[in-house]
Amino acid sequence: MWRFLARTLWQRMLLLVFISIISHAVVHLAPGEPTEVDPMNPMMKAEDIARIRQAFHLDDPIYLQYIDWLRDLFTGNLKSFQNGLPVLPQIWERFLNSLPLFACTTLVVWTLSFPTGIHAAVRRGSPFDRVTTFIAYALISVPGFFLSYLLVLGAVQVFHLPVVGLYTFGSEGATPFVRHMDRLWHLVIPSLMSALTGIAVLSRYVRSQMLEVLDQDYIRTARAKGLDEDTVVYGHALRNALLPFVTMFGLLLPGMISGSVIFEQIFAWPGLGQLGYNAISQRDFPMILTLNFIAAALTLVGILISDILYAVVDPRIRLQ
Amino acid sequence: MTIAPPAEQLAAAETPLQQIWRAFRKDRLAMAGLYVLVLLIVLALLGKLLTEWWVLLDPATVRLPDKLRPPLSASSPALLPAQVPPWGIYPFGTDELGRNVFARMLQGSFVSLSIGFVAVGISLVIGVTLGGLAGFYGLRKWGPISIDALIMRFTDVVLCFPTFFLILTVVALLPPSIYNIMAVIGMTSWMNTTRFVRAEFLSLRERDFVIAAQALGLPEWRIIFRHMLPNALSPVLVSASIDVAYAILTESALSFLGFGVRPPFATWGNILADGRTFIFDAPWLFAIPGTAILLVVLAFNLVGEGLRDAMNPKLRKRSS
Repeated sequence: MWRFLARTLWQRMLLLVFISIISHAVVHLAPGEPTEVDPMNPMMKAEDIARIRQAFHLDDPIYLQYIDWLRDLFTGNLKSFQNGLPVLPQIWERFLNSLPLFACTTLVVWTLSFPTGIHAAVRRGSPFDRVTTFIAYALISVPGFFLSYLLVLGAVQVFHLPVVGLYTFGSEGATPFVRHMDRLWHLVIPSLMSALTGIAVLSRYVRSQMLEVLDQDYIRTARAKGLDEDTVVYGHALRNALLPFVTMFGLLLPGMISGSVIFEQIFAWPGLGQLGYNAISQRDFPMILTLNFIAAALTLVGILISDILYAVVDPRIRLQ
Repeated sequence: MTIAPPAEQLAAAETPLQQIWRAFRKDRLAMAGLYVLVLLIVLALLGKLLTEWWVLLDPATVRLPDKLRPPLSASSPALLPAQVPPWGIYPFGTDELGRNVFARMLQGSFVSLSIGFVAVGISLVIGVTLGGLAGFYGLRKWGPISIDALIMRFTDVVLCFPTFFLILTVVALLPPSIYNIMAVIGMTSWMNTTRFVRAEFLSLRERDFVIAAQALGLPEWRIIFRHMLPNALSPVLVSASIDVAYAILTESALSFLGFGVRPPFATWGNILADGRTFIFDAPWLFAIPGTAILLVVLAFNLVGEGLRDAMNPKLRKRSS
């Protein structure tokens, strides 16, 4: 076990180094430069551009820039090109904003898709199964922002739900209780909207896993010895069908950066996705690179966690 | 003489392709998807023909007297004869510059489809090549590490990147062009294909017919392309059809964030993204492209899932 851990950790660190090299190369070798964000600005003279390039060390050889970036990242001195503030505290602040939205979304997705998927699998071919299958396909196929815009119009007109930002503007003076409720209220629509696709994908996956397991011989045996249907479905089938989902737990967190760009943009949610979007449109290289690096590191940690969880849950698997 | 089966029984045996087609035809949702796709391809070719080669419907004509006309409205008499649309009506209305939305949708259908197909083509070429190399030549050493380990570790590295964030970064840095978008989507979605093809090749390599082919002294390229590749393609085909859907959705998401295909190309994604500004004044500008994307992506998903079910012998046996 410990040897397995040590070896995987070492391999993952190596992977992480390669990932950082590749992402650094991609960002720096692509033709766009931070100095070209506003090429039509008449105030930008050649000497200004040279001065900016000098200040950001863009004239150095690329391997030196890479080493500088890594050194600054780990000493905490990495500064954003846009505003000169340190990168890591900015990311942490946005992470705290994204976290409630992400937690609510995940909660909604996991609590709704399991009952739907299990029910559809147990009653295979029933009207319920067909209707949920079709709805799931439709939800997977619709552009996220199209559906959100349509539903937001309805939500605002009918339920008067807030759809923009973290809290009501000007509510800073209210009591803490009111402020908390206000923030929760603002979470409703964004988290429901970003959960829709997740529910569709996950419930389909639950359904196919359950179908796979319900076809096994040990389920027939369980039925043959006269167990009631609930024990067969929940005690025998579900427990085995759950195994692959353990691995998905580990991979949840990295989705926070990549998956949230669109929805945070729609709902003006000042989270990680929006931070990344702004960094990209301003060509803020240190910020882009650091976000990329963190996402990759989280993915690697997630894979490791899911490997370990899998071995804990499924006794047939041995780590070696 | 008596042992040999009668000739007509041999002739009646189905080829695997016929079996798959028979199973596929029973799936009504998948067949509906297939009809939509055939219709779409015809429409896209027709659109290319009518908007570029034999210009009946000009998507670029600006008619300021006819701004924001609702669908099926007639053109105003103030237009010059050259500006009047065919039969004097706008089937899908006009946009904020008085451009014919029907003509733009027709032109966009070709562009959107070609983004999907080219992106998936690129990802298939990369995925099949790398997967085939890893599966077939995997045991050969190249320096201290085997080719298989090299390719699969590289795949792991790319899998760790936050995909949408990476696409966004590269598209934002590169000069805006439709070919860059195709290439970037293609180059970030080949990882699953690689893993499928490698897994299939690993198992096919041990099968009797491949060993027989090797024993006959067939050249390697012939074994790979004639004997192994056709047998490894079924999971690839399924994921390719779903990837086309994903590429079209990604394009519309990029358009929404402002990094999509630039004018003069009209794609469904950028018609939809531009239409959201007029969601109250001209809802058709938003509803028509959104519904079109939904239908097409749904069709690709349904065909992909139908293929997956039809190619799975276990499911086929159960359903018949």
